[in-house]
Amino acid sequence: MINLAVLPIVLPLLSAIILVFFNSKVRISRLLTKIFSLIGFGVSGYIAWYVIENGTITLETGGWVAPFGIILVVDTLAAALLLTTNIVSVACAFYAPYSGLGEKENYYFYPFFFFLISGVSGAFITGDLFNLFVFFEVLLMASYALIVLGGDKVQFRESIKYLLINLFSSMLFVTAIAFLYGVVGTVNMAQIAERVAEVDQQGILTTIAFLLFFVFATKAALFPLYYWLPNSYIVPSPVISALFGALLTKVGVYSIVRVFTLIFVHRIELTHEFFIWIAGLSMIFGVIGALSTNNIKLIIAYNIIPAIGYMIMGIGIFNQAALSGSIYYLVQDMIVKAALFLLVGVIAYVAGTSDLRKMNGLIHHYPVLGWLLFISAFVLAGIPPFSGFIGKLLLLEGAFRNEEVIIAIIALITSLLILYSIIKIFIRGFWGDKDAMKGLTIKSTKGLIAPIVFLLAITVILGVGAEYFYPISDSIAIYLLDPDVYIDSVLKE
Amino acid sequence: MEILILILSGVLFATAIYNLLQKQLLRIIIGTILLSHGAHLIILTMGKLKTGQPPVLMDGVTEYTDPLPQALILTSIVISFGITGLLLVLAYRTTQENNTDNMEQLRGGSHD
Repeated sequence: MINLAVLPIVLPLLSAIILVFFNSKVRISRLLTKIFSLIGFGVSGYIAWYVIENGTITLETGGWVAPFGIILVVDTLAAALLLTTNIVSVACAFYAPYSGLGEKENYYFYPFFFFLISGVSGAFITGDLFNLFVFFEVLLMASYALIVLGGDKVQFRESIKYLLINLFSSMLFVTAIAFLYGVVGTVNMAQIAERVAEVDQQGILTTIAFLLFFVFATKAALFPLYYWLPNSYIVPSPVISALFGALLTKVGVYSIVRVFTLIFVHRIELTHEFFIWIAGLSMIFGVIGALSTNNIKLIIAYNIIPAIGYMIMGIGIFNQAALSGSIYYLVQDMIVKAALFLLVGVIAYVAGTSDLRKMNGLIHHYPVLGWLLFISAFVLAGIPPFSGFIGKLLLLEGAFRNEEVIIAIIALITSLLILYSIIKIFIRGFWGDKDAMKGLTIKSTKGLIAPIVFLLAITVILGVGAEYFYPISDSIAIYLLDPDVYIDSVLKE
Repeated sequence: MEILILILSGVLFATAIYNLLQKQLLRIIIGTILLSHGAHLIILTMGKLKTGQPPVLMDGVTEYTDPLPQALILTSIVISFGITGLLLVLAYRTTQENNTDNMEQLRGGSHD
């Protein structure tokens, strides 16, 4: 049973290798992709159930005991994120054949898709800092290939910037690991955590903490380091944007959660207070970006940044309610961002443009699409029956408990502006005269709606069934506040 | 010895960042290569440059150099090698498609 831990990495990897051989046969590739993604979904669901029932799975790869080998650790946080990743991958696998990828499907789209999933899963369950770097590179390499797939002029232009900024931050990651190795003499996260508490070189450790935060903040697109994100996320086709928007930045957030709840908890008044400011500024600047544009894809891309701000705010406040809210928000935001990117992909496809000024009265022709957008706007803004509400409520509770009033007010105002930025698409694009758009031909949305409904249904379940999911996020928060549990589960004495 | 290597990698970092901030695409790529060299040298130095035998098990040898940083560097080298290869081809195609290798002219039009 302990070998379950390796399946989320190995299954997508095998799927990708098998799909390489069926590259030119599109029908078989599509079918295999659907089957493999459903298998991944089933396996990760079973892992999540197993971890909740029986506690953390730690797998010593190759049988080498804890600090010497690479350890895979599937705790409740990692299991929840794995399940969410696979939910997104199922939706994208069923959306991709209809999304008008065209001949891009023949250019190894499906193998890269699974390499990306494999890298993301690996980053979530590894217990080794250098191994985390390697899995970062696995997922980034797949994302470089996906972002440039098809080879439009604009894709080349944006992907080269995306590649350069990620290469730079990866090299800083390596340097930060080297510094940390120089101070504590290990790369195993549990042993680093144990030694960081003992070493009395707190100054240099805080410096390394900020260096690592800089690296992960670049990957997660936090306030001063988000400039690369919006334009590069809208150039590939919608299904790829959905994968990126749902998964890539969240790996950065997860790394921040892991590193700053496990390893660097010795100078909370310095590091975590800094996160609160960064979170507030990310919210403000991200939502200003979302309000500034009339491109519907860009509105969604900018909306990633305030969402990351909410998650980092929870880590900055660092009490049980706020961390629980952060985890809840992280999981639901992965799903709703995927749904929104897929949704605006469909809207841009049926309207023939992604410029909001050229759209009008779409609700008369595409009522389902309109109401789905309406619901997802409510989910994103955190209107009570939906899942965004519970995460934000817990975050605010945590903020008021620690008397961080300013960040709470910023978070509330940001919610309002997020709602405005999405509902703007609904009002301007969907309301209006029936015949307002000249030359609009009705296009079939066959197969495109079902994956979005699937994702939104899950966010509704997460919201309505909060009494089942809240205890889990609460237990994750308690677990994160006590790093000794993690250390003991890895370094068995 | 560590001080010397650290100064060297500092110089590499400085040159790399100077090159990264240039406008010509090829210079930026040279910058990334120098950057990875600097990072790899730092890993090597952080494992302490003690004098010892290469980490190959042999009879009668008691002092070995630290093998872990060497494995980390090897991994990191192949990764940055792969990315550099991709980056070079990407830069080649970008200049072909956009008819320029000047980063100023590769700026996206605002919100198009």
